[in-house]
Amino acid sequence: MNMTVAKKKLTGEVVSLPQPAGAETVVQLPVTGRPVLKKLGAFALTAATNIVPPMIVIALLLGIWELLCSNSGATLPPPSTVWNDTKELIFDPFFDRGGIDKGLFWHLSASLQRVALGYAMAAAAGIALGTLVGQSTWAMRGLDPIFQVLRTVPPLAWLPLSLAAFRQGQPAAIFVIFITSIWPIIINTAVGIRNIPQDYRNVALVLKLNPLEYFYKIMVPSAAPYIFTGLRIGIGLSWLAIVAAEMLIGGVGIGFFIWDAWNSSHISEIILSLIYVGIVGFVLDRVVVAVSSIVTRGTAKA
Amino acid sequence: MYLKIDHVDKTFQRGSQRTEVLRGITLDIEKGEYVSIIGHSGCGKSTLLNIVAGLTNATNGGIILEGRQVDEPGPDRAVVFQNHSLLPWLTVYDNVRLAVDKVFWKTKSRAERDAWTLHNLDLVQMVHAKDKRPAEISGGMKQRVGIARALAMEPKVLLLDEPFGALDALTRAHLQDSVMALHQKLGNTVMMITHDVDEAVLLSDRIVMMTNGPAATIGDVLEVPLAHPRKRLELVSDPAYIKCRAAVLKFLYERHRYVEAA
Ligand SMILES: Nc1ncnc2c1ncn2[C@@H]1O[C@H](COP(=O)(O)OP(=O)(O)OP(=O)(O)O)[C@@H](O)[C@H]1O
Ligand SMILES: [Mg+2]
Repeated sequence: MNMTVAKKKLTGEVVSLPQPAGAETVVQLPVTGRPVLKKLGAFALTAATNIVPPMIVIALLLGIWELLCSNSGATLPPPSTVWNDTKELIFDPFFDRGGIDKGLFWHLSASLQRVALGYAMAAAAGIALGTLVGQSTWAMRGLDPIFQVLRTVPPLAWLPLSLAAFRQGQPAAIFVIFITSIWPIIINTAVGIRNIPQDYRNVALVLKLNPLEYFYKIMVPSAAPYIFTGLRIGIGLSWLAIVAAEMLIGGVGIGFFIWDAWNSSHISEIILSLIYVGIVGFVLDRVVVAVSSIVTRGTAKA
Repeated sequence: MYLKIDHVDKTFQRGSQRTEVLRGITLDIEKGEYVSIIGHSGCGKSTLLNIVAGLTNATNGGIILEGRQVDEPGPDRAVVFQNHSLLPWLTVYDNVRLAVDKVFWKTKSRAERDAWTLHNLDLVQMVHAKDKRPAEISGGMKQRVGIARALAMEPKVLLLDEPFGALDALTRAHLQDSVMALHQKLGNTVMMITHDVDEAVLLSDRIVMMTNGPAATIGDVLEVPLAHPRKRLELVSDPAYIKCRAAVLKFLYERHRYVEAA
Protein backbone atom coordinates (compact mmCIF):
# COMPACT_ATOMS: atom_id res chain seq x y z
CA MET A 1 0.00 0.00 0.00
CA ASN A 2 1.19 3.43 -0.83
CA MET A 3 1.41 6.01 1.91
CA THR A 4 0.10 9.04 0.03
CA VAL A 5 -2.99 7.08 -0.87
CA ALA A 6 -3.59 6.24 2.78
CA LYS A 7 -3.21 9.89 3.74
CA LYS A 8 -5.62 11.06 1.08
CA LYS A 9 -8.22 8.59 2.20
CA LEU A 10 -7.85 9.72 5.75
CA THR A 11 -8.16 13.42 5.08
CA GLY A 12 -10.84 12.80 2.50
CA GLU A 13 -13.27 11.91 5.25
CA VAL A 14 -12.94 15.22 7.04
CA VAL A 15 -12.97 17.47 3.99
CA SER A 16 -14.73 20.41 5.59
CA LEU A 17 -12.62 20.40 8.73
CA PRO A 18 -9.21 22.00 8.96
CA GLN A 19 -6.74 19.18 9.26
CA PRO A 20 -6.01 18.55 12.93
CA ALA A 21 -2.37 18.79 13.94
CA GLY A 22 -0.73 15.44 13.88
CA ALA A 23 -3.12 13.86 11.42
CA GLU A 24 -0.14 12.48 9.59
CA THR A 25 0.95 10.47 12.58
CA VAL A 26 -2.28 8.51 12.39
CA VAL A 27 -1.02 6.77 9.30
CA GLN A 28 0.42 3.45 10.38
CA LEU A 29 2.56 1.46 8.09
CA PRO A 30 2.21 -2.28 8.06
CA VAL A 31 5.94 -2.79 8.41
CA THR A 32 7.03 -5.58 10.72
CA GLY A 33 10.41 -5.94 12.32
CA ARG A 34 12.38 -4.03 14.90
CA PRO A 35 11.12 -0.49 15.74
CA VAL A 36 14.24 1.26 14.48
CA LEU A 37 14.04 -0.54 11.20
CA LYS A 38 10.35 0.26 11.04
CA LYS A 39 11.07 3.94 11.51
CA LEU A 40 13.82 3.90 8.94
CA GLY A 41 11.56 2.07 6.53
CA ALA A 42 8.77 4.61 7.08
CA PHE A 43 11.18 7.48 6.56
CA ALA A 44 12.57 5.99 3.39
CA LEU A 45 9.07 5.42 2.08
CA THR A 46 8.01 9.01 2.81
CA ALA A 47 11.13 10.29 1.11
CA ALA A 48 10.55 8.02 -1.82
CA THR A 49 6.90 8.97 -2.31
CA ASN A 50 7.60 12.68 -1.99
CA ILE A 51 10.86 13.02 -3.85
CA VAL A 52 10.93 10.38 -6.53
CA PRO A 53 7.89 11.50 -8.59
CA PRO A 54 8.96 15.16 -9.01
CA MET A 55 12.49 13.99 -9.79
CA ILE A 56 11.20 11.82 -12.60
CA VAL A 57 9.07 14.63 -13.99
CA ILE A 58 11.96 17.11 -13.81
CA ALA A 59 14.26 14.69 -15.59
CA LEU A 60 11.66 14.18 -18.31
CA LEU A 61 11.09 17.91 -18.77
CA LEU A 62 14.83 18.60 -18.92
CA GLY A 63 15.14 15.90 -21.56
CA ILE A 64 12.40 17.42 -23.71
CA TRP A 65 13.84 20.89 -23.27
CA GLU A 66 17.31 19.63 -24.24
CA LEU A 67 15.88 18.01 -27.37
CA LEU A 68 13.85 21.05 -28.38
CA CYS A 69 16.64 23.60 -27.93
CA SER A 70 19.71 21.69 -29.12
CA ASN A 71 19.31 22.44 -32.83
CA SER A 72 21.19 25.50 -34.06
CA GLY A 73 18.09 27.64 -34.78
CA ALA A 74 16.83 27.57 -31.19
CA THR A 75 16.35 30.95 -29.50
CA LEU A 76 16.75 29.62 -25.98
CA PRO A 77 19.71 27.66 -24.61
CA PRO A 78 19.23 23.99 -23.68
CA PRO A 79 19.78 22.95 -20.05
CA SER A 80 23.32 21.76 -20.71
CA THR A 81 24.29 25.22 -21.97
CA VAL A 82 22.54 26.88 -19.06
CA TRP A 83 24.51 24.69 -16.70
CA ASN A 84 27.84 25.47 -18.39
CA ASP A 85 27.11 29.20 -18.54
CA THR A 86 25.99 29.57 -14.95
CA LYS A 87 28.20 27.07 -13.16
CA GLU A 88 30.30 29.90 -11.75
CA LEU A 89 27.25 31.77 -10.48
CA ILE A 90 25.89 28.64 -8.86
CA PHE A 91 29.10 27.61 -7.13
CA ASP A 92 30.19 31.08 -6.09
CA PRO A 93 27.13 33.02 -4.97
CA PHE A 94 29.14 35.18 -2.55
CA PHE A 95 31.55 37.13 -4.78
CA ASP A 96 31.43 40.90 -4.64
CA ARG A 97 33.31 42.94 -7.23
CA GLY A 98 31.69 46.21 -6.24
CA GLY A 99 28.73 48.01 -7.78
CA ILE A 100 26.11 45.61 -8.98
CA ASP A 101 28.65 42.96 -9.97
CA LYS A 102 27.84 40.67 -7.07
CA GLY A 103 26.98 37.02 -6.50
CA LEU A 104 23.39 35.83 -6.61
CA PHE A 105 23.31 35.53 -2.82
CA TRP A 106 23.73 39.30 -2.49
CA HIS A 107 21.04 40.03 -5.08
CA LEU A 108 18.57 37.68 -3.44
CA SER A 109 19.33 38.94 0.03
CA ALA A 110 18.86 42.56 -1.12
CA SER A 111 15.46 41.64 -2.54
CA LEU A 112 14.56 39.69 0.57
CA GLN A 113 15.46 42.63 2.78
CA ARG A 114 13.14 44.91 0.84
CA VAL A 115 10.39 42.34 1.03
CA ALA A 116 10.99 41.78 4.74
CA LEU A 117 10.69 45.49 5.49
CA GLY A 118 7.70 46.20 3.28
CA TYR A 119 5.93 43.02 4.30
CA ALA A 120 6.52 43.54 8.03
CA MET A 121 5.02 47.01 7.80
CA ALA A 122 2.12 45.69 5.75
CA ALA A 123 1.49 42.93 8.29
CA ALA A 124 1.47 45.33 11.24
CA ALA A 125 -0.63 48.00 9.52
CA GLY A 126 -2.86 45.44 7.79
CA ILE A 127 -3.76 43.59 10.99
CA ALA A 128 -4.41 46.89 12.79
CA LEU A 129 -6.59 48.29 10.00
CA GLY A 130 -8.32 44.96 9.47
CA THR A 131 -9.16 44.81 13.17
CA LEU A 132 -10.60 48.32 12.99
CA VAL A 133 -12.68 47.53 9.91
CA GLY A 134 -13.86 44.21 11.33
CA GLN A 135 -14.70 45.69 14.70
CA SER A 136 -16.50 48.89 13.79
CA THR A 137 -19.44 49.08 11.43
CA TRP A 138 -18.71 52.71 10.67
CA ALA A 139 -15.07 52.10 9.85
CA MET A 140 -16.21 49.30 7.57
CA ARG A 141 -18.77 51.44 5.79
CA GLY A 142 -16.23 54.20 5.30
CA LEU A 143 -13.12 52.23 4.46
CA ASP A 144 -14.24 49.03 2.81
CA PRO A 145 -15.26 50.56 -0.56
CA ILE A 146 -11.95 52.39 -0.72
CA PHE A 147 -10.01 49.19 0.04
CA GLN A 148 -11.97 47.28 -2.54
CA VAL A 149 -11.02 49.79 -5.23
CA LEU A 150 -7.40 50.28 -4.20
CA ARG A 151 -6.65 46.58 -3.94
CA THR A 152 -7.28 46.13 -7.66
CA VAL A 153 -4.56 48.64 -8.59
CA PRO A 154 -1.66 46.59 -10.01
CA PRO A 155 1.51 46.82 -7.90
CA LEU A 156 3.63 48.46 -10.58
CA ALA A 157 1.10 51.21 -11.10
CA TRP A 158 2.05 52.45 -7.64
CA LEU A 159 5.74 52.68 -8.50
CA PRO A 160 5.83 56.01 -10.37
CA LEU A 161 3.79 57.67 -7.63
CA SER A 162 5.96 56.07 -5.02
CA LEU A 163 9.13 57.28 -6.79
CA ALA A 164 7.68 60.75 -7.02
CA ALA A 165 6.93 60.76 -3.32
CA PHE A 166 10.17 59.20 -2.01
CA ARG A 167 12.57 60.30 -4.77
CA GLN A 168 14.71 57.20 -4.13
CA GLY A 169 14.58 53.65 -5.40
CA GLN A 170 14.94 51.87 -2.07
CA PRO A 171 12.00 53.37 -0.14
CA ALA A 172 9.91 53.42 -3.31
CA ALA A 173 10.37 49.66 -3.78
CA ILE A 174 9.60 48.98 -0.13
CA PHE A 175 6.45 51.07 -0.42
CA VAL A 176 5.34 49.08 -3.46
CA ILE A 177 5.77 45.85 -1.45
CA PHE A 178 3.84 47.40 1.40
CA ILE A 179 0.95 48.61 -0.71
CA THR A 180 0.78 45.34 -2.66
CA SER A 181 0.64 42.99 0.27
CA ILE A 182 -1.46 45.04 2.68
CA TRP A 183 -4.88 44.51 1.03
CA PRO A 184 -5.30 40.79 1.48
CA ILE A 185 -4.06 41.15 5.06
CA ILE A 186 -6.58 43.90 5.84
CA ILE A 187 -9.48 42.16 4.16
CA ASN A 188 -8.85 38.72 5.65
CA THR A 189 -8.25 40.12 9.12
CA ALA A 190 -11.51 42.05 8.90
CA VAL A 191 -13.40 38.94 7.83
CA GLY A 192 -11.81 36.98 10.67
CA ILE A 193 -12.78 39.61 13.24
CA ARG A 194 -16.30 39.86 11.89
CA ASN A 195 -16.63 36.07 12.04
CA ILE A 196 -15.80 35.76 15.73
CA PRO A 197 -18.71 33.62 16.92
CA GLN A 198 -21.24 35.34 19.14
CA ASP A 199 -20.55 32.61 21.70
CA TYR A 200 -17.01 33.80 22.23
CA ARG A 201 -18.19 37.39 22.50
CA ASN A 202 -20.73 36.28 25.10
CA VAL A 203 -18.04 34.47 27.08
CA ALA A 204 -15.96 37.64 27.03
CA LEU A 205 -18.96 39.68 28.16
CA VAL A 206 -19.84 37.36 31.04
CA LEU A 207 -16.20 37.32 32.16
CA LYS A 208 -16.01 41.10 31.76
CA LEU A 209 -12.78 40.97 29.76
CA ASN A 210 -11.41 44.47 29.17
CA PRO A 211 -10.68 45.58 25.59
CA LEU A 212 -7.03 44.62 25.81
CA GLU A 213 -7.79 41.15 27.20
CA TYR A 214 -10.52 40.77 24.60
CA PHE A 215 -8.04 41.63 21.89
CA TYR A 216 -5.37 39.09 22.75
CA LYS A 217 -7.45 36.38 24.46
CA ILE A 218 -10.40 36.19 22.06
CA MET A 219 -9.94 38.29 18.94
CA VAL A 220 -6.42 37.31 17.88
CA PRO A 221 -6.73 33.55 18.46
CA SER A 222 -10.19 33.41 16.95
CA ALA A 223 -9.23 35.36 13.84
CA ALA A 224 -5.76 33.82 13.52
CA PRO A 225 -6.63 31.35 10.74
CA TYR A 226 -8.07 34.19 8.64
CA ILE A 227 -5.18 36.52 9.45
CA PHE A 228 -2.71 33.88 8.32
CA THR A 229 -4.59 33.33 5.08
CA GLY A 230 -4.13 37.04 4.42
CA LEU A 231 -0.48 36.93 5.43
CA ARG A 232 0.11 34.00 3.10
CA ILE A 233 -1.48 35.70 0.11
CA GLY A 234 0.45 38.84 1.06
CA ILE A 235 3.88 37.21 1.06
CA GLY A 236 3.19 35.71 -2.36
CA LEU A 237 2.15 39.08 -3.76
CA SER A 238 5.17 40.88 -2.31
CA TRP A 239 7.54 38.42 -3.92
CA LEU A 240 5.71 38.86 -7.20
CA ALA A 241 5.97 42.62 -6.95
CA ILE A 242 9.57 42.93 -5.84
CA VAL A 243 11.02 41.37 -8.99
CA ALA A 244 9.05 43.69 -11.25
CA ALA A 245 9.75 46.75 -9.12
CA GLU A 246 13.48 46.07 -9.03
CA MET A 247 13.64 45.79 -12.80
CA LEU A 248 12.57 49.41 -12.91
CA ILE A 249 14.47 50.94 -10.00
CA GLY A 250 17.81 49.21 -10.64
CA GLY A 251 20.54 48.64 -8.06
CA VAL A 252 21.29 45.38 -6.29
CA GLY A 253 18.42 42.91 -6.35
CA ILE A 254 17.30 39.82 -8.18
CA GLY A 255 14.85 41.79 -10.33
CA PHE A 256 17.50 44.07 -11.68
CA PHE A 257 19.89 41.16 -12.06
CA ILE A 258 17.39 39.57 -14.45
CA TRP A 259 16.94 42.81 -16.33
CA ASP A 260 20.68 43.31 -16.56
CA ALA A 261 21.13 39.76 -17.84
CA TRP A 262 18.54 40.43 -20.53
CA ASN A 263 20.30 43.64 -21.57
CA SER A 264 23.57 41.78 -21.92
CA SER A 265 21.86 38.79 -23.60
CA HIS A 266 22.84 36.31 -20.86
CA ILE A 267 19.79 34.14 -21.30
CA SER A 268 21.23 31.35 -19.17
CA GLU A 269 21.55 33.72 -16.23
CA ILE A 270 17.91 34.69 -16.62
CA ILE A 271 16.88 31.06 -16.48
CA LEU A 272 18.99 30.43 -13.39
CA SER A 273 17.48 33.51 -11.71
CA LEU A 274 13.98 32.34 -12.46
CA ILE A 275 14.71 29.05 -10.76
CA TYR A 276 16.06 30.87 -7.72
CA VAL A 277 13.09 33.27 -7.61
CA GLY A 278 10.73 30.32 -7.73
CA ILE A 279 12.54 28.46 -4.96
CA VAL A 280 12.73 31.50 -2.70
CA GLY A 281 9.05 32.28 -3.27
CA PHE A 282 8.20 28.69 -2.39
CA VAL A 283 10.30 28.82 0.77
CA LEU A 284 8.70 32.12 1.84
CA ASP A 285 5.26 30.59 1.44
CA ARG A 286 6.27 27.50 3.43
CA VAL A 287 7.69 29.67 6.22
CA VAL A 288 4.38 31.53 6.60
CA VAL A 289 2.49 28.23 6.53
CA ALA A 290 4.80 26.76 9.18
CA VAL A 291 4.44 29.79 11.47
CA SER A 292 0.70 29.69 10.91
CA SER A 293 0.36 26.04 11.81
CA ILE A 294 2.32 26.61 15.02
CA VAL A 295 0.35 29.69 16.03
CA THR A 296 -3.12 28.48 15.06
CA ARG A 297 -2.65 25.03 16.59
CA GLY A 298 -5.98 24.25 18.24
CA THR A 299 -7.97 27.13 16.80
CA ALA A 300 -9.83 24.66 14.64
CA LYS A 301 -13.48 24.54 15.56
CA ALA A 302 -14.17 22.40 18.58
CA MET B 1 -36.35 37.61 47.57
CA TYR B 2 -33.04 37.07 45.85
CA LEU B 3 -33.48 37.44 42.12
CA LYS B 4 -36.42 39.36 40.73
CA ILE B 5 -37.47 39.54 37.09
CA ASP B 6 -39.61 42.65 37.19
CA HIS B 7 -42.21 43.33 34.50
CA VAL B 8 -39.89 42.54 31.65
CA ASP B 9 -41.01 43.28 28.09
CA LYS B 10 -38.87 42.67 25.06
CA THR B 11 -39.52 43.89 21.56
CA PHE B 12 -36.99 43.38 18.81
CA GLN B 13 -36.96 46.09 16.23
CA ARG B 14 -35.21 46.08 12.93
CA GLY B 15 -36.14 48.93 10.64
CA SER B 16 -39.91 49.12 10.62
CA GLN B 17 -40.28 45.48 11.61
CA ARG B 18 -41.19 44.99 15.27
CA THR B 19 -41.39 41.60 16.98
CA GLU B 20 -42.83 41.58 20.45
CA VAL B 21 -41.26 38.52 22.05
CA LEU B 22 -41.90 38.87 25.77
CA ARG B 23 -44.64 40.72 27.59
CA GLY B 24 -44.97 41.36 31.30
CA ILE B 25 -42.68 38.67 32.69
CA THR B 26 -42.50 38.83 36.48
CA LEU B 27 -40.81 36.14 38.53
CA ASP B 28 -39.23 35.97 41.98
CA ILE B 29 -36.54 33.39 42.64
CA GLU B 30 -35.35 32.52 46.14
CA LYS B 31 -31.75 31.95 47.08
CA GLY B 32 -30.75 28.34 46.46
CA GLU B 33 -33.83 27.64 44.40
CA TYR B 34 -33.71 25.59 41.21
CA VAL B 35 -36.14 27.04 38.67
CA SER B 36 -36.79 25.65 35.20
CA ILE B 37 -38.32 27.56 32.34
CA ILE B 38 -40.16 25.41 29.85
CA GLY B 39 -42.01 26.40 26.71
CA HIS B 40 -42.27 25.69 23.03
CA SER B 41 -39.46 26.49 20.65
CA GLY B 42 -39.20 30.14 19.73
CA CYS B 43 -41.36 31.45 22.57
CA GLY B 44 -38.51 33.54 23.97
CA LYS B 45 -36.85 31.40 26.64
CA SER B 46 -33.34 32.19 25.50
CA THR B 47 -34.25 35.84 25.18
CA LEU B 48 -35.41 35.84 28.81
CA LEU B 49 -32.24 34.10 29.98
CA ASN B 50 -30.10 36.54 28.03
CA ILE B 51 -31.91 39.43 29.66
CA VAL B 52 -31.18 37.98 33.10
CA ALA B 53 -27.56 37.43 32.05
CA GLY B 54 -27.38 41.03 30.83
CA LEU B 55 -26.42 39.97 27.31
CA THR B 56 -29.67 41.47 25.98
CA ASN B 57 -31.40 44.54 27.35
CA ALA B 58 -35.08 44.47 28.24
CA THR B 59 -37.30 46.98 26.44
CA ASN B 60 -39.19 47.64 29.68
CA GLY B 61 -38.69 46.43 33.22
CA GLY B 62 -35.52 45.00 34.65
CA ILE B 63 -33.63 42.46 36.69
CA ILE B 64 -32.95 42.93 40.38
CA LEU B 65 -30.32 40.77 42.04
CA GLU B 66 -29.89 41.09 45.81
CA GLY B 67 -31.74 44.36 45.79
CA ARG B 68 -29.69 45.92 43.03
CA GLN B 69 -30.65 46.38 39.42
CA VAL B 70 -28.35 44.67 36.94
CA ASP B 71 -28.29 45.60 33.28
CA GLU B 72 -24.95 44.39 32.04
CA PRO B 73 -23.33 40.94 31.99
CA GLY B 74 -21.00 39.86 34.74
CA PRO B 75 -19.54 36.80 36.43
CA ASP B 76 -22.15 36.99 39.21
CA ARG B 77 -24.57 35.51 36.66
CA ALA B 78 -22.55 32.77 34.99
CA VAL B 79 -24.04 31.23 31.88
CA VAL B 80 -23.69 27.66 30.63
CA PHE B 81 -24.47 28.00 26.95
CA GLN B 82 -26.29 25.40 24.93
CA ASN B 83 -23.29 24.75 22.72
CA HIS B 84 -20.72 24.83 25.53
CA SER B 85 -18.80 27.75 23.90
CA LEU B 86 -15.43 26.73 25.23
CA LEU B 87 -12.55 28.53 23.58
CA PRO B 88 -11.05 25.93 21.24
CA TRP B 89 -7.52 27.30 21.41
CA LEU B 90 -7.33 26.83 25.18
CA THR B 91 -7.01 23.55 27.05
CA VAL B 92 -9.77 22.41 29.39
CA TYR B 93 -7.73 23.70 32.32
CA ASP B 94 -7.04 27.05 30.67
CA ASN B 95 -10.69 27.55 29.78
CA VAL B 96 -11.63 27.30 33.45
CA ARG B 97 -8.50 29.10 34.58
CA LEU B 98 -9.35 32.10 32.36
CA ALA B 99 -12.57 32.56 34.31
CA VAL B 100 -10.87 31.93 37.66
CA ASP B 101 -8.10 34.43 36.89
CA LYS B 102 -10.58 37.04 35.83
CA VAL B 103 -12.86 36.71 38.87
CA PHE B 104 -10.29 36.06 41.61
CA TRP B 105 -7.19 37.96 40.41
CA LYS B 106 -7.39 40.21 43.43
CA THR B 107 -8.59 37.86 46.12
CA LYS B 108 -6.69 34.65 45.46
CA SER B 109 -2.97 33.95 44.99
CA ARG B 110 -1.66 32.11 41.95
CA ALA B 111 -1.46 28.83 43.80
CA GLU B 112 -4.96 29.27 45.18
CA ARG B 113 -6.33 29.99 41.72
CA ASP B 114 -4.65 26.87 40.39
CA ALA B 115 -6.12 24.80 43.22
CA TRP B 116 -9.56 26.36 42.70
CA THR B 117 -9.47 25.59 38.98
CA LEU B 118 -8.58 21.97 39.69
CA HIS B 119 -11.19 21.77 42.44
CA ASN B 120 -13.93 22.83 40.02
CA LEU B 121 -12.73 20.45 37.34
CA ASP B 122 -12.84 17.76 39.99
CA LEU B 123 -16.47 18.61 40.81
CA VAL B 124 -17.41 17.61 37.26
CA GLN B 125 -14.84 14.79 37.12
CA MET B 126 -12.80 16.33 34.36
CA VAL B 127 -9.36 16.62 35.97
CA HIS B 128 -8.12 13.66 33.93
CA ALA B 129 -8.63 15.63 30.69
CA LYS B 130 -7.35 18.97 31.92
CA ASP B 131 -4.63 19.25 29.28
CA LYS B 132 -6.85 18.32 26.35
CA ARG B 133 -8.35 20.83 23.99
CA PRO B 134 -12.12 21.04 23.50
CA ALA B 135 -11.84 19.39 20.08
CA GLU B 136 -10.35 16.32 21.73
CA ILE B 137 -13.14 15.59 24.21
CA SER B 138 -16.73 14.42 23.80
CA GLY B 139 -19.84 16.60 23.78
CA GLY B 140 -20.81 15.58 27.29
CA MET B 141 -17.32 16.32 28.57
CA LYS B 142 -17.39 19.76 26.96
CA GLN B 143 -20.66 20.52 28.68
CA ARG B 144 -19.10 19.43 31.99
CA VAL B 145 -16.22 21.79 31.47
CA GLY B 146 -18.71 24.55 30.65
CA ILE B 147 -20.42 23.85 33.95
CA ALA B 148 -17.10 23.81 35.80
CA ARG B 149 -16.21 27.15 34.25
CA ALA B 150 -19.52 28.64 35.38
CA LEU B 151 -19.27 27.15 38.88
CA ALA B 152 -15.70 28.37 39.24
CA MET B 153 -16.90 31.97 39.02
CA GLU B 154 -18.88 31.40 42.23
CA PRO B 155 -21.87 33.08 40.64
CA LYS B 156 -24.85 34.33 42.61
CA VAL B 157 -27.07 32.81 39.94
CA LEU B 158 -26.22 29.99 37.56
CA LEU B 159 -27.98 30.34 34.20
CA LEU B 160 -28.31 27.21 32.08
CA ASP B 161 -29.62 27.50 28.52
CA GLU B 162 -30.65 23.99 27.48
CA PRO B 163 -27.39 22.68 28.89
CA PHE B 164 -28.07 19.09 27.86
CA GLY B 165 -29.93 19.79 24.64
CA ALA B 166 -27.21 18.59 22.33
CA LEU B 167 -26.50 15.34 24.15
CA ASP B 168 -27.69 11.76 23.75
CA ALA B 169 -30.14 10.36 26.30
CA LEU B 170 -27.60 8.42 28.36
CA THR B 171 -25.08 11.21 28.66
CA ARG B 172 -27.94 13.52 29.39
CA ALA B 173 -29.20 11.44 32.29
CA HIS B 174 -25.69 11.16 33.63
CA LEU B 175 -25.13 14.92 33.52
CA GLN B 176 -28.53 15.62 35.04
CA ASP B 177 -27.49 13.47 37.99
CA SER B 178 -24.22 15.40 38.28
CA VAL B 179 -26.00 18.73 38.22
CA MET B 180 -28.47 17.51 40.82
CA ALA B 181 -25.64 16.38 43.07
CA LEU B 182 -23.82 19.67 42.61
CA HIS B 183 -26.91 21.66 43.44
CA GLN B 184 -27.41 19.55 46.54
CA LYS B 185 -23.82 20.10 47.57
CA LEU B 186 -23.31 23.78 46.70
CA GLY B 187 -26.84 25.15 47.00
CA ASN B 188 -26.56 27.52 44.02
CA THR B 189 -29.46 29.50 42.72
CA VAL B 190 -30.18 28.08 39.29
CA MET B 191 -32.34 29.16 36.40
CA MET B 192 -32.46 26.53 33.68
CA ILE B 193 -34.11 26.52 30.29
CA THR B 194 -35.31 23.23 28.94
CA HIS B 195 -37.52 21.56 26.39
CA ASP B 196 -37.69 18.36 28.32
CA VAL B 197 -40.58 17.72 30.71
CA ASP B 198 -38.86 14.93 32.65
CA GLU B 199 -35.74 16.98 33.05
CA ALA B 200 -37.75 19.90 34.38
CA VAL B 201 -39.63 17.81 36.94
CA LEU B 202 -36.57 15.85 38.00
CA LEU B 203 -34.34 18.83 38.69
CA SER B 204 -36.51 21.78 39.67
CA ASP B 205 -38.13 23.18 42.76
CA ARG B 206 -40.42 25.18 40.52
CA ILE B 207 -41.30 24.97 36.84
CA VAL B 208 -42.18 28.14 34.99
CA MET B 209 -44.30 27.42 31.93
CA MET B 210 -44.33 29.99 29.17
CA THR B 211 -47.13 30.62 26.72
CA ASN B 212 -46.45 30.67 23.01
CA GLY B 213 -45.11 33.74 21.30
CA PRO B 214 -45.45 36.32 20.03
CA ALA B 215 -45.68 38.34 23.21
CA ALA B 216 -45.09 35.27 25.36
CA THR B 217 -45.63 35.50 29.06
CA ILE B 218 -45.68 33.20 32.08
CA GLY B 219 -48.67 30.92 31.74
CA ASP B 220 -48.35 29.00 34.96
CA VAL B 221 -45.88 28.18 37.71
CA LEU B 222 -45.76 24.68 39.14
CA GLU B 223 -44.25 23.80 42.52
CA VAL B 224 -42.56 20.41 42.53
CA PRO B 225 -43.19 18.98 46.00
CA LEU B 226 -40.48 16.34 45.88
CA ALA B 227 -37.79 16.08 48.54
CA HIS B 228 -34.08 16.20 47.67
CA PRO B 229 -32.06 14.19 46.94
CA ARG B 230 -34.16 12.71 44.19
CA LYS B 231 -33.58 9.34 42.62
CA ARG B 232 -34.47 8.99 38.99
CA LEU B 233 -35.65 5.39 39.24
CA GLU B 234 -37.70 5.79 42.40
CA LEU B 235 -39.49 8.81 41.00
CA VAL B 236 -40.95 6.96 38.05
CA SER B 237 -43.67 5.49 40.26
CA ASP B 238 -43.98 8.42 42.68
CA PRO B 239 -47.53 9.85 42.53
CA ALA B 240 -46.32 13.46 43.07
CA TYR B 241 -43.86 13.08 40.23
CA ILE B 242 -46.50 11.63 37.93
CA LYS B 243 -48.88 14.45 38.80
CA CYS B 244 -46.31 17.16 38.08
CA ARG B 245 -45.33 15.56 34.84
CA ALA B 246 -48.95 15.34 33.76
CA ALA B 247 -49.55 18.98 34.68
CA VAL B 248 -46.65 20.20 32.56
CA LEU B 249 -47.58 17.98 29.63
CA LYS B 250 -51.13 19.19 29.85
CA PHE B 251 -50.04 22.80 29.81
CA LEU B 252 -47.76 22.30 26.84
CA TYR B 253 -49.89 20.06 24.69
CA GLU B 254 -53.46 21.06 25.57
CA ARG B 255 -53.61 24.61 26.75
CA HIS B 256 -50.73 26.03 24.74
CA ARG B 257 -50.21 23.80 21.79
CA TYR B 258 -47.36 24.64 19.53
CA VAL B 259 -48.79 26.69 16.69
CA GLU B 260 -47.01 26.71 13.38
CA ALA B 261 -45.98 30.14 12.13
CA ALA B 262 -46.85 31.82 15.41
N1 LIG C 1 -31.93 39.47 17.71
C1 LIG C 1 -33.21 39.21 17.37
N2 LIG C 1 -33.89 40.00 16.51
C2 LIG C 1 -35.16 39.74 16.18
N3 LIG C 1 -35.87 38.72 16.65
C3 LIG C 1 -35.27 37.88 17.51
C4 LIG C 1 -33.91 38.08 17.91
N4 LIG C 1 -33.58 37.10 18.78
C5 LIG C 1 -34.68 36.32 18.90
N5 LIG C 1 -35.69 36.80 18.15
C6 LIG C 1 -37.05 36.22 18.05
O1 LIG C 1 -37.52 36.05 19.35
C7 LIG C 1 -38.24 34.84 19.45
C8 LIG C 1 -37.75 34.07 20.64
O2 LIG C 1 -36.43 33.60 20.42
P1 LIG C 1 -35.66 32.74 21.49
O3 LIG C 1 -34.34 32.40 20.93
O4 LIG C 1 -35.67 33.44 22.79
O5 LIG C 1 -36.59 31.44 21.55
P2 LIG C 1 -36.42 30.15 22.45
O6 LIG C 1 -37.64 30.04 23.27
O7 LIG C 1 -35.12 30.15 23.16
O8 LIG C 1 -36.45 29.02 21.37
P3 LIG C 1 -35.66 27.63 21.36
O9 LIG C 1 -36.36 26.78 22.35
O10 LIG C 1 -35.84 27.14 19.97
O11 LIG C 1 -34.25 27.92 21.72
C9 LIG C 1 -38.09 34.12 18.13
O12 LIG C 1 -39.30 34.21 17.43
C10 LIG C 1 -37.00 34.85 17.41
O13 LIG C 1 -37.32 34.91 16.05
MG1 LIG D 1 -33.25 29.02 22.96
